[in-house]
Amino acid sequence: MKRRFTIPTWIPTLVFAAAIYLAVRYATQTETITRYWYQVIQFAAITAISALGLNLIYGFNGQFSLGHVGFYAIGAYGSALITKDFGRNPWSGDRVGALSWIIAAQLGILLVLAAFRYLRIGRLRQRVRSTLASSLQPHECNVICLLLTLAITALILAAGYYATIGLHWVAYRLNTALYAALPQKLGVAVNFAVAILSGGTMAALVSYLVGLPLLRLGSDYFGIATLGFAIMMYTALQNSDLVIETMKGARGMVGIPPYTTWTWAFGALVVCAIIMRNLIRSSQGRAIISVREDEIAARAMGINVAQQKAMAFSFGGFFAGIAGALFAHLYGFLHPSSFNMIKGFDPLIIIVFGGLGSMTGTIVASIGFALLIEGLRVILPQGFEDWRFVIYPILLLLVMLLRQEGLLGTREWGWLRAPLPPDRDIPVPPRALAAQRAGGNNSEEA
Amino acid sequence: MTDLQPGASGVTAFLDIRDLTMQFGGLRAVSDFTMAVPEHGLYGLIGPNGAGKTTVFNMVTGLYQPTSGEIHFDGHIVNGLQPHEITHLGIARTFQNIRLFRNLTVLDNVRIAYHQHAGYALLEAVTRLGRFRRQERLLTEQAQDFLAVFGLHDRQLELAKNLPYGEQRRLEIARALAAQPRLLLLDEPAAGMNPNETETLMQLIRFVHDEFNLTILLIEHQMRVVMGICEWITVMDFGQVIARGTADDIQSNTQVIEAYLGKQFGKGLTSDAAAS
Repeated sequence: MKRRFTIPTWIPTLVFAAAIYLAVRYATQTETITRYWYQVIQFAAITAISALGLNLIYGFNGQFSLGHVGFYAIGAYGSALITKDFGRNPWSGDRVGALSWIIAAQLGILLVLAAFRYLRIGRLRQRVRSTLASSLQPHECNVICLLLTLAITALILAAGYYATIGLHWVAYRLNTALYAALPQKLGVAVNFAVAILSGGTMAALVSYLVGLPLLRLGSDYFGIATLGFAIMMYTALQNSDLVIETMKGARGMVGIPPYTTWTWAFGALVVCAIIMRNLIRSSQGRAIISVREDEIAARAMGINVAQQKAMAFSFGGFFAGIAGALFAHLYGFLHPSSFNMIKGFDPLIIIVFGGLGSMTGTIVASIGFALLIEGLRVILPQGFEDWRFVIYPILLLLVMLLRQEGLLGTREWGWLRAPLPPDRDIPVPPRALAAQRAGGNNSEEA
Repeated sequence: MTDLQPGASGVTAFLDIRDLTMQFGGLRAVSDFTMAVPEHGLYGLIGPNGAGKTTVFNMVTGLYQPTSGEIHFDGHIVNGLQPHEITHLGIARTFQNIRLFRNLTVLDNVRIAYHQHAGYALLEAVTRLGRFRRQERLLTEQAQDFLAVFGLHDRQLELAKNLPYGEQRRLEIARALAAQPRLLLLDEPAAGMNPNETETLMQLIRFVHDEFNLTILLIEHQMRVVMGICEWITVMDFGQVIARGTADDIQSNTQVIEAYLGKQFGKGLTSDAAAS
């Protein structure tokens, strides 16, 4: 059975994406759509990035997370700190201060994590225990081992702290030199790109750290625990001015340069979709999905389940962080109420609506969601705007009653679909054929 | 055969289980279970329902941590390791109640078992650079070849849950083999199969045993299968070993007949009647 020649799936997908991009650009340049709608469309793309991340965690890896909004907030505030300094005091000399600290802190955390991973404290403790066991009482061994572990942990943390300070010094000088060399306009663009990326990596690091203890929990328990994280983040943001003055806590952070444009938002969405698609359609992605399908079978097939969960959770956090960074620079204003629990449910609604385990569904549902909420505001007569929060839940109920698997289920479109395996003749080993036939012949005789 | 009996000498067999005990609260599911399987053996583990056979499998594959006892595999101590580490050592298994990745294609089911041999890094996968394309094609072709051995290559793009029962069983064995084990544990592979399917399965088990140079330990209820293909059989009842020997030994063993059919049958019946 030979397959017919077909157009590679990336061609229609590319054409479609380019058409959408150009259509929105054209519409804004000719002022066919208002500034308000321009922001709504950008917000839809940003939500899609965040929802893709949650779909990786919940739809593909099967871990029910309610803490996604927390990672979104980390990306938003972290990146805002970087660009705010940069934009506000261009010549004061401290415009790369926050950036350097954030880079240094991330590297420091990575160093500490690597130290814990490669020093193998558990094994060291066992060795000490076995040498001491002959000469000391068991409880004395325990005390010594405990002290040893605490001492090593403290040492690693202290080393990480000083490494961070040292790294900051280096990063500060490198950044100053870099931005002095770049022309003003390019410098701003590079700084924004770095801020977005840092927003993503910060959120990924935090989600890895949060996931370490929490991912051991089963699905529902994990959901509640991550909800706890989201609430903690919300409270922390309300009081953030106590630690970092510029974050302004419950008063709201103002003066963030509104760098986000349609090109940035759409570009980030495309890059994130490519990363996610490539991840899912690889051996690592299949391992991630196998955890959702059957954890015990996955273990038995040699999949390191804990590692796959951590990877999916970190990637999901990364996407949320990137979305948060773009969101922060969309309106130029951040307030903790943008990151409360109710807002946190939006990506969850979107991925269930679009179909758990469907990237296409997530993107379509994100755009549909934003357009629906804002569209109803226009369509509904004066004084009835609040009815959109009656109409849209009814729509949700209807979709869930009629199509439990969401709009698209696990179906994908175009390039996002799983590629077909190579077309080739598969040789059946003759002895295997004999083994297969042997049973068949027997059955006819019986 | 007697020199394969465990504990006879200090030499460890390929799979060497010593005094394995599993305690669930007040219930002793397995107590002092001892067994040795030589390399390239095809051994059987039988016993009535609830005898503790699957519990033994779960301990060997690391899903349960034994209360006491030791499991050696090819010179490694297995207990205390994570299940995926045990699989990497070369032990794969199937499950009594089929545990396929139901919403994935037949091909993906097998490719997941190849993950440990995938040979490219995360960064290469995300960027589609480096070794990705070559390794991914190689891996897919190997998976397809495995499916061909099991007569499933025509159905590679179907979802696993849509296969008929017998093919699901075969796919589970194919998936376990794709993890490239040296020891294969089959938990009731013929459960729910009709006589024809069972016959095919027996041929297939013999075939993979020879072709892939495997050591196989299988749990089975259908006496026909166990008596037909196993070289050496261990019988369990209430968590303990009650007999071991060749198929003929087991068929004439009074204790085994008693365990299966009750005390009154132990004396009266011939071995043939008990086995059928």
